[in-house]
Amino acid sequence: MNEHSKKPLLSSANETLLRDIRKDMGRFIHQPQRRIFLQHSLTLGGLALLSGCTVVDENSIENALMAISRFNDKVQALLFDPNRLAPTYPQSMITQPFPFNAFYGKNNIPEIEEEDFRLEVTGMVADKRSWTLKELRALPQVDQITRLICVEGWSAIGRWGGIQFSTFLRRIGADLTAKYVGFKCADEYYTSIDMPTALHPQTILTLTYNGEMLPPQYGFPLKLRMPTKLGYKNPKHIHAMFVTNVNPGGYWEDQGYNWFGGS
Amino acid sequence: MLSLKKKAFVRKHSSAIVNPLWLRLMHWLNALAVILLVLSGWRIYDASPFLGFVIPKELTLGGWLAGALQWHFAAMWLLAINGIAYLLCNLLTGRLFKKFFPLSPREVLKDIAAALRGKFISDDLTRYTAMQRTAYLFIIASLVILVLSGLVLWKSVQFPLLREMLGGYEGARRVHFFAMAAVVVFFPIHLLMVALSPRALLLMIRGR
Repeated sequence: MNEHSKKPLLSSANETLLRDIRKDMGRFIHQPQRRIFLQHSLTLGGLALLSGCTVVDENSIENALMAISRFNDKVQALLFDPNRLAPTYPQSMITQPFPFNAFYGKNNIPEIEEEDFRLEVTGMVADKRSWTLKELRALPQVDQITRLICVEGWSAIGRWGGIQFSTFLRRIGADLTAKYVGFKCADEYYTSIDMPTALHPQTILTLTYNGEMLPPQYGFPLKLRMPTKLGYKNPKHIHAMFVTNVNPGGYWEDQGYNWFGGS
Repeated sequence: MLSLKKKAFVRKHSSAIVNPLWLRLMHWLNALAVILLVLSGWRIYDASPFLGFVIPKELTLGGWLAGALQWHFAAMWLLAINGIAYLLCNLLTGRLFKKFFPLSPREVLKDIAAALRGKFISDDLTRYTAMQRTAYLFIIASLVILVLSGLVLWKSVQFPLLREMLGGYEGARRVHFFAMAAVVVFFPIHLLMVALSPRALLLMIRGR
């Protein structure tokens, strides 16, 4: 191909292209049915704009997103392998200092007296009596160093000890076929978890941090620690728990954070 | 005067469908998913900005962290399902190897030189230039990395192999961020290439 024939080839290609486009557009504009359809869709579009609040308003988007979040709960329950363990770490990798995190400042950490404390147990359990700290400490204890992942993205490694929660659930004669375990906390916080996570071997009814009695900022006297769940699913200052088939929701979950919240 | 042969060549190459409907559909769905994910992802990053800067809230999607997470975990389905369908269609139709390979560094350099002279797409529209191949493979790889690292961030306990390959949870967090940055860098380059070769935009809308 020489230099002279190159140019006309290109412009000819452009002409062909333009002709093609005109033909395509023509199909849209010259057919009467098409025109009517076009007008209708424009009117519909105009209506949607005018009455925007009812056609695609904020509420329906929010509802759709909430529905997908609930769908995601189900997918996560399916993906959850009850035997898959979260990684554990050596003592040297513990985050110093371990961050304090709550929906309130450090000045508002609840002060709880050890002698007054009772863990209230209700719902689908055989033995509904309350537990003192002394009784809880007398149960077999485990200890583990795991990573806490916050929904904000950051993570920190800490060492928590206490009773394997599955041991405790069996001890109180909980109906292990129930769907949920709910928690109420002294700081007005509340949350709930699925039964498979409650029975996971690394889910611990926590009494200690780094070998010491759980300090106030990390949830004295009782916390539920789950390395398979995000931070907000790990309640602190627990004073009541119940086994149920009705989803009890949670403080953050009811505001739009994903309920399953697991990893 | 053009020979009949040349006219036939021009006609063939300007009116045959180059980008099939499935490809165009998936391209635009992908664009939508990526925009939603990037904008909501910026808001999520802002909740714990580990690189020391925050992204202006006005540029983000979701209003607050919970809203951004809802957008993110909704749009991820669109990206993942559409992306898997795209890769499958490309593999099954043989388009992937026909369009993207072979990819030689020399060709890329030649095409960059041509691009500097303002020529971004080939006269033969059924072929990608080496520069197009590189750019599109780059964005495909970035999106695959985003999905895989996202999977680790979402379900770090359930995917131990993937997690360890990406340097643990914190490693995956950084991989996810920088893969996003790669997509964000690609975006204006892609738009510029399209702006300089409007024919490419036409191909992605009407297929020809």
